[in-house]
Amino acid sequence: MSDIRDEYDVAVIGAGPAGMAAASLCARARMSTVLFDEQPAPGGQIYRGITRSPFSDRSILGPDYWAGEPVAREFAASGAQYVPRATVWSLTPEREVGVSIAGEGAQLLQAKHVVIATGALERPFPIPGWTLPGVMTAGAAQTMLKSSGIVPSGHTVLAGTGPLLWLLAWQLLRTGASIDAILDTTARESRARANAHLASFVLSPYLMKGLKLLREVRRRVRVINDVTAVEAQGEGRVQTVAYVCASSAMPVQLPVDNLLLHQGVVPNVNLAMSVGIEHRWDGEQLAFVPVLTPFGGTSVPGIYIAGDGGGIAGAQAAGWRGILSASDIVHAVHPQAAKRAAATAQAALKRFTRGRRFLDAYYRPAAQFRQPAGDTIVCRCEEVTARQIVDTVALGCPGPNQMKSFLRCGMGPCQGRLCGLTVTELIARQRNVSPQEVGYYRLRPPVKPITIAELAALPKDEAAVKAVVRI
Amino acid sequence: MANADVVVIGGGLHGCSAALHLARAGASVIVLEKDHVARHASGVNAGGVRRLGRDFAEVPLSAASLELWHRIEELVDDDCGFEAVGQVKVAEDDAALATMRARSERLRAMGFDHEEIIGRDELREWLPSVAPHCVGGVACRRDGAALPFRTTMAFKRKAQSLGVEFHEGTRAHSVERRDGVWRVQSSDGVFAGASLVNAAGAWAGEIARQMGEPVPMEATALMLMITAPAAPFVKPVVGVQGRPLSFKQYANGTIMIGGGQRGRADLETNRTYLDYRRLALNAQTAADLFPRMAHADIVRAWAGIEGMMPDGIPVISASGTQDRAWHAFGFSAHGFQLGPIVGSMVADLVTHGTTALPVAPFSIGRFASRA
Amino acid sequence: MFKRPREDARASLRFTFDGAAVEAREGDSVAAALLAAGATPCRTTPVSGAPRAPYCMMGVCFDCLVVVDGVGNRQACLVPVRDGMAVESQRGKRELGA
Repeated sequence: MSDIRDEYDVAVIGAGPAGMAAASLCARARMSTVLFDEQPAPGGQIYRGITRSPFSDRSILGPDYWAGEPVAREFAASGAQYVPRATVWSLTPEREVGVSIAGEGAQLLQAKHVVIATGALERPFPIPGWTLPGVMTAGAAQTMLKSSGIVPSGHTVLAGTGPLLWLLAWQLLRTGASIDAILDTTARESRARANAHLASFVLSPYLMKGLKLLREVRRRVRVINDVTAVEAQGEGRVQTVAYVCASSAMPVQLPVDNLLLHQGVVPNVNLAMSVGIEHRWDGEQLAFVPVLTPFGGTSVPGIYIAGDGGGIAGAQAAGWRGILSASDIVHAVHPQAAKRAAATAQAALKRFTRGRRFLDAYYRPAAQFRQPAGDTIVCRCEEVTARQIVDTVALGCPGPNQMKSFLRCGMGPCQGRLCGLTVTELIARQRNVSPQEVGYYRLRPPVKPITIAELAALPKDEAAVKAVVRI
Repeated sequence: MANADVVVIGGGLHGCSAALHLARAGASVIVLEKDHVARHASGVNAGGVRRLGRDFAEVPLSAASLELWHRIEELVDDDCGFEAVGQVKVAEDDAALATMRARSERLRAMGFDHEEIIGRDELREWLPSVAPHCVGGVACRRDGAALPFRTTMAFKRKAQSLGVEFHEGTRAHSVERRDGVWRVQSSDGVFAGASLVNAAGAWAGEIARQMGEPVPMEATALMLMITAPAAPFVKPVVGVQGRPLSFKQYANGTIMIGGGQRGRADLETNRTYLDYRRLALNAQTAADLFPRMAHADIVRAWAGIEGMMPDGIPVISASGTQDRAWHAFGFSAHGFQLGPIVGSMVADLVTHGTTALPVAPFSIGRFASRA
Repeated sequence: MFKRPREDARASLRFTFDGAAVEAREGDSVAAALLAAGATPCRTTPVSGAPRAPYCMMGVCFDCLVVVDGVGNRQACLVPVRDGMAVESQRGKRELGA
């Protein structure tokens, strides 16, 4: 039994770098702190498996990954109550947390402060055939590698753009896995536009690491540049991948067993939006990001967002933002220590956010990969196509919420995590307005499914039980 | 300044239905809707097409409305997703069954025989998976369910085809009767009409207050939830005696569970807040009636903003204080099935001053003594 | 297709998928073990019956839904393998209840 209390000073949601850092600081400041995470071990996505890695050879995953080890160690030592396999399905503006713990059912608890550190997820990559078995995200392959040492075999093709794609390729090569090809969808126009931010990128921690990694991968893997279209093909599972690139007039087909897709990561907004936290469309990150104070404070008092959930800035920045939010929380009890921690974090953040705008611009996913056409599935859960969405807009449906009623698009269990951005962008383009104006799905708890049995076992509202029933 | 015979405030089902019937009677109609048609309770309710269990005052209206539902395609050129799958209210013990029997007899005396008492065996013909402790219930064979968003949009479309003008994104701020004309100040200018219909749902109380007849209406958010798709196991819409419940499985396998539990509504921002300690009650009820539901996953929950009257029945009447004004609001979480008929009643009231159905219990005057 | 590392110090586990034995290691998620064993697709959709397999491996796509010890709609990527577990593919609209 996890012995969850009814009340905590601080509840942190997510055991990635931001969550662990925030929880550690709050716990060290002697505030009663609980951290909930869905996975069975800490690390979030980027440091997945950090406490129970199958690898004794540290060079496979690389130093950036292992930088998470001291973070996890500090978290374990900090005195924060760590609850793994815990899914937070509800958070109210009054900071009541609804959580479901594997094998124990659902509970409600109250927190004085909440840090949402649920991080990022892969940007949807809706290509024809992307729902076929054998097509996965690059992040998925990385997770299997980090948690279980399992690597793709047979014909493996990577497709997309973004630093994570190249990092995965580098890590896979180090395990001895082979990669048939990397289909690089980085757009020429993006590369040109990125030069505006080149100066700060050159001064950033990302430059040297990035260049070295890229060079090594390009030396060992066949890279097709300027890919403008990708299609997964097959019966029952993916069997070939077809692509079009600048240097070939006709589509080229490659046999494939594993097609790994990636075009960047975006904030995982579901919990934050379900509380009513204000978000806005960020035209550079091409995603909805929360409106935050410098300490990660949101439009809902007492609730902070730390890490990539606040806008993509990478693992190092995430840790510092966790410290920044926590310093704001502990300020009342430890003003001097909080001030020092905040100052350190702010200085470090300057360093680790430098160069991000260059990366955002350089790896900006091309429009055709964000706004598919025709029979390409957009909503995987309800199997709604791009054509259906565009046709419904043409009939006068102005936004994603009305669209739910017409097409069921967004009503499946993923709650728009894999279709929301695509739907918003398709509607925006069709109506010729900004994504900000179109908006996003209206999200509500439960942000993850919860069983009737779990719900029924929650404490009931006694007054409502006794209320005279009249329908 | 836009001008019509009738200005209707509120683009929910009751506003659209009133507009449609008024247009059929030859009136020119403008509908003002502050968000978009079907945005609130009308678009997100449980869709029950139900005579079963109504307040006795509502029964004649509900019976008449059901006849319209069975010919809904003639009325609005759309079947609205209406399926006469039946409504069954379960009795969990003999006392509940006795209550239902007494009610059924009283209805019969009023001339209504739609509530049929069923025993243990027949209950299981209707609901093979119902829990063993359930002793019987009431069945209304010709009741069922429809799709609320689709229905409201169908009424809107049909009304538009008859010339009704809809102004969405247009919020009525104030109403004033001057020189024999109603003037509605809105976020989009002034709209004028000889007659006014207040069908503004949870926001109707403010309009009534401006007309000098405040009502004790409470705006609330009625909560619903829905499961992941499951293999079909229940056909009719299910309720239970003594506890609020609306339980329906759709063709796609998903199961909707609702039932009168209130969250919180913010009338200014349209935001609704769910209360899980109350949703827990609906979950318990569902699991008690259908034990297999314990394993069902809730994938979404939501709440529609609705106006509740203290006596649980709506306001359908002429204004008590102003000429040429009528109210149709406060449907207290059970207005959907009444939509087709109430619009027709409002059209009757506006055009002739009377309606054939007994409307006296719904008079706004019943609140006149309260301030 | 996936393969396991040559050396894996973690304890061996066994579970069944649609009745057939599957090898796994302590710490594997059910999804990872199924992928490593080539045992996919893991479900067919309730909408069209299309075959699906794990996609995101982080609990957001809901494509890895399986039945674990009689309980359906479990995200295989979030369930750690337990020795003796009985996993079944989830076909279309699943029957509720055990």
